[in-house]
Order: sequence, then C-alpha cells, then structure tokens
Amino acid sequence: MEVLLQQIINGLVLGSMYALVALGYTMVYGIIGLINFAHGDVLMVGALTSWTVIGWMTSASTGLPTWVVLLLATVIAMVVCATLNFTIEKLAYRPLRNSNRLAPLITAIGMSLLLQTFAMIIWAPNPKSYPSMLSREPIEFGGAVISVTQVVILATTAVTLAFLMWLVNRTNLGRAMRATAENPRVAALMGIKPDVVISATFIIGAMLAAIAGVMWASNYGTVQHAMGFMPGLKAFVAAVMGGIGNLAGAVVGGIALGLIESLGAGYLGKLTGGVLGSQYTDIFAFIVLAIVLTLRPSGLLGERVADRA
Amino acid sequence: MMNTKTGKLIVFLIAGAALLLLPIILQSTGSNSWVRIVDIALMYVLLALGLNIVVGYAGLLDLGYIAFFAVGAYVFALLGSPHLADTFPAIKAMFPNGLHYNIWLVMILAAAVAGVVGMILGAPTLKLRGDYLAIITLGFGEIIRIFLLNMDRPLNITNGPKGISQIDTISVFGLDLGKRLTIGDYTFQPVTLYYYLFLFFVILAIVISYRLQDSRIGRAWMAIREDEIAAKAMGLNTRNLKLLAFGMGASFGGVSGVLFASFQRFVSPESFSLMESVMVVAMVVLGGIGHIPGVVLGALLLAGLPELLRHVAHPLTAMTDGRLAPEILRQLLIALAMVIVMLLRPKGLWPAPEHGKSLSK
Repeated sequence: MEVLLQQIINGLVLGSMYALVALGYTMVYGIIGLINFAHGDVLMVGALTSWTVIGWMTSASTGLPTWVVLLLATVIAMVVCATLNFTIEKLAYRPLRNSNRLAPLITAIGMSLLLQTFAMIIWAPNPKSYPSMLSREPIEFGGAVISVTQVVILATTAVTLAFLMWLVNRTNLGRAMRATAENPRVAALMGIKPDVVISATFIIGAMLAAIAGVMWASNYGTVQHAMGFMPGLKAFVAAVMGGIGNLAGAVVGGIALGLIESLGAGYLGKLTGGVLGSQYTDIFAFIVLAIVLTLRPSGLLGERVADRA
Repeated sequence: MMNTKTGKLIVFLIAGAALLLLPIILQSTGSNSWVRIVDIALMYVLLALGLNIVVGYAGLLDLGYIAFFAVGAYVFALLGSPHLADTFPAIKAMFPNGLHYNIWLVMILAAAVAGVVGMILGAPTLKLRGDYLAIITLGFGEIIRIFLLNMDRPLNITNGPKGISQIDTISVFGLDLGKRLTIGDYTFQPVTLYYYLFLFFVILAIVISYRLQDSRIGRAWMAIREDEIAAKAMGLNTRNLKLLAFGMGASFGGVSGVLFASFQRFVSPESFSLMESVMVVAMVVLGGIGHIPGVVLGALLLAGLPELLRHVAHPLTAMTDGRLAPEILRQLLIALAMVIVMLLRPKGLWPAPEHGKSLSK
C-alpha cells in the first residue's frame, strides 16, 4: 500500500512536469501543425540557465534566501527560453510554414540537435549536479514521503495551469490563439495577425518549458545537455494521448503518462517475476502511444480525427 | 546518338576505374584511417538507400530505421561470435567451436529477420500518417535499443551495454577479408578488401533501387505517397504495399547491419542510438528524397565531411581550449546542415527532376 501511494505521488510529480511541456507541444501543433522537436531542448536550456544563475548568485553570496534565488533563476530562465524560442520560430520555422510537411519536421530535428550542441559548447558535456534550493526535509504521510520540492512542483503546476486557462479562455490573445488554431485564414480576415499569435504561442510554450526544466532539475538533481530530449518526446506522447491541440487533454495526458510510468516502474518487476525490471520504464510511453493511436487516434479528449499531416 | 552512348560509356568506365582505385590511392598514404572513412561512408550509403525505399518511395517517414540495422548486426554478432556458446552450456555442447555459420546464409537470415521485424513494427502504424508515424517509429527504434541494452539478464542474450566482441570476419569464396592479402609485391589491407565488398553491395542496392523504382510495386508506392485515397480507389492494396515497403527497407538495413558487425568485429547498443536514425533520415532528405543520386550524395556528404573535419579540426579544438572537440564539431556541422539546407533548398541538394504534388508543393 505504501509503495502504491509513493508511486502515485511520484507519478503525479512526473506527470505534472510532462503536462507543462505537453502544453507547449499541443499549442504549437494546434496552430501550425508542427511537431516542435526542439521543445524538449528548450526545457534543457531552461534548466541549464537556471543552474548558471544559481551558481552566480551563490558565489556572489547575496544573502538572499534560497527560495528567492530559485525564483529569480526561474524567471531568468523563462526570459531566456522565451527569447530563444521566439528566435527559433522566426528564423527556422517561419520561412518553411507553407512548404511540404517533411521540411519543417527535419528542420525541427536539426534545431533540437543544434540546441544540444550549443549547450555542449557553452556548458560542457559532463552532467552537473543541481543544488537543492528548498528544504530537503521529507514530509511523511500515510507511510509515503514527499519532498518539499515535489510539493512546490505540484503547486506551481496547478497555479501555472490556472493562469494558462485564464489566458486562453478569457483574454483577447487567448481568443486570437483559439481562432488561429481553428482557421488561420478566417482569423486573419477578422483582423488577427497570425504571425503575432504564432510568436506568442512559442513564447508561452517556452516559458512553460523553462518552468518544467527548473522543476525537472530540482527534482532529479542533475542537469546535462541531453536531458531534454526524452522528456520532450514523452510530453509529445502525452499531448497525443490527450488529443493533440486540446489544452485540457495535454494536462490529462501528461498526468496519465506520469502515473503509468511510475506505477509501471514500481510494479513491472513484480508482475513479470523479475524478467523485466524498471529499466524498461522508457518504453511505456511508446507502447501507450501505439495503443492510443491504434484504438483512438483523436486522443482521450480530442474531437477531431487526427489526420492533419 | 552514337556519340552520347560512347560518351556515357567512357564516363562510366572512368568512374568505375576511379572507384576501384580509390582505396589503393588512399591506402598509399600509409594509414588505414582514410580507407576506413570511405568504408563507413559506403555503409551509410547502403542504409540511406534502404531508408529511401520507405521514406522516398512510399512516403512513410521512419525515424527508427537504425533499429533494423541493429537487428542485422546482432543477428550476425550472435551467430558469428563465441558469445552464445560461452554463455549457454547447451549450445557449447552442440557446437564446441561456437556457432560460425556461413556468412551468406547469415546475411539472408539477417535480411529476413530485419524484414519481418520491419513488417511487425510497421503493422500498427499503417493507419497513421506523417508526423504520428515519425514519432511512433522513433519510439520503436528506442524500444529495440532498450531491449538490446537490457537483455543481459535474466538470460544473457545480448551481453547488455558491454556489447558482443570477437565477431567473425567475412570470407568471400575462401578469402578472409579480415586478413591482409598479398598479390605479388602488393599488400591489400583488410579495410581495402572490405571496401570492395561494401562497394559491391552499394552497387547492388543502387541497381535494386532503380529496378524497384520502375517496377509495378515502385509505381504503386509512389501512388500511395502522392495520394493514398486515390491509390486505394485505383485498386491498390495499400496495406500490403506499405508493409512491403517497411519490410524491404528493413532488410536493406539488416544486410548493412551484418556488414557493420563483421567490419567492426564488435557491436554494442551505443552504435544504434536515435542520433544514427536521425543521421540516415538527414542523408535521405538533404540529398534529395526519392532520388537515388541525391540520396547517395547526401550519404557521402554527411558521412564523409564530418570525418574529414575531424582530421583537420585539431587546431580549432586546441584554440577553443577543448570546447570544440571534434565530436561536438561534427554534431554541430550535421545540425547546421540540416537546418540550413532545409531553409535554402527544402527539396534537397539534388532533387528528382520530376515531382509529384506532395513532394514539390
């Protein structure tokens, strides 16, 4: 029972990080129909930027409480990632917006590789340990433990999601985004500038990815240039699972995937009598994707039949 | 008419002679590393030609293609090394000298196994198109790699991350390509002998690719690529044809895997990372998707240039204090090439002269 509760907590934490990244994927895919492979690497840039900022502020011994340092680092990471994603879209994706479907996809893969390479050049390829900025004291309940970092991750995700829902459903920008996703041409006729909306989407997605990156680094304690690719892929799986283009779906998909992975990792060894162990965790996401796409290609919450490509 | 024909023949003969003499010239520099680079480049050409069947002809974007290469390599590694006999006493009892099957049998077997794996993996993706197909094939590629990495327990089949070593070299009609061959005063290095083997397979693959392209099956694939619904309406069995494309492409990958395993004499899951799949896709797309000369060009450029760079990069590495290590520089070049070529020439460096609508829109 304790194991179950513990795995559920871990799954929720993992899932809320997937959800934040999945939102970035789903918004971009909903509007321009591109799988932005570089999205996971934006998460990596966010994590590494915050690592550098924390390093500076610690060595400058500003005397600020550690949570303020973490908050500042997160904000700076968000700004850096937003600028980066804005630039990527403008330079690499915009010129290809009306070309065949393969070219933007290949460009996105190239971009992902490019970001990883730049990160290797700037931050060197070795894994770096990420300082723990919040209390290490674990909180116990019901036989399971949860760290302060994990509580903060869950709370931040909830606040961020609430803010995003408000932004998309209640503001003019949000309305413009939804209109562009529905039909870019008609939206343009109504006076919406698609370029502005698309840039805004990339910026918002990057900020969410930066938050997720800081969370990921704080939770696992290491940062490295390749850290973003797998979470990025899995977040895409989460977005497809929930129904791509659907914001609530991305959140549901992310949390579901987090739970599946963590429960799977916890019980796979027991279920198969030790033949398959937790080292197979990474394959769950893809098996789930295969099943979802075979049985329900529009995803759990999606309405459209997914045949955009 | 006669003139162009003789002209073509002359060009053909010169090109043939150049290809045959190339490793001998490179070998005369005294080091084997240049010949090795050309060997590896030829292997990538083979892979790119195989992927071209799936991506170029049938229009199915496969991001996990390296998995079939891995399957071929591991089939040969298991059948052509002492690993299985050392691990399982039962096999040891049956084959006291280890399993060393005939290379040609193994190659057919590897092509068949890879082809079947390709069809099995292709089956759930039949209904998907474009982007989803890319992600799910990428996932399958990773799944195969994870299995290779972890199948060292409870039964040690793949030897896990340590990989399998002491793999047999290839013998062609009694001539062991792993040993030096001396004819008169001249000594052929093993890398040079392998060059000729790889060249043979590349030429074979090019011929097969051309024959496929003009065949009934090839035209059916292209019809599916252009418009699947229309192709179906014309009475094509799109399901079987897509499976055939997956299987065909995969068996090319399997054969290259066997060549790779015997050339390196060592395989480990590390060689079959996602990055390799991306490389092969990049070769096909950058060269000119669906166009055989373009694909060959793309493969040679992407496989060869970074290696050349690695040899001249040392001053740059020293200048930047080791930050721009050759490995990083290579990756940087590939990434930049992918982005820049797509931006400037979305159809690739050497695209096919005539296009269907989905490729040239």
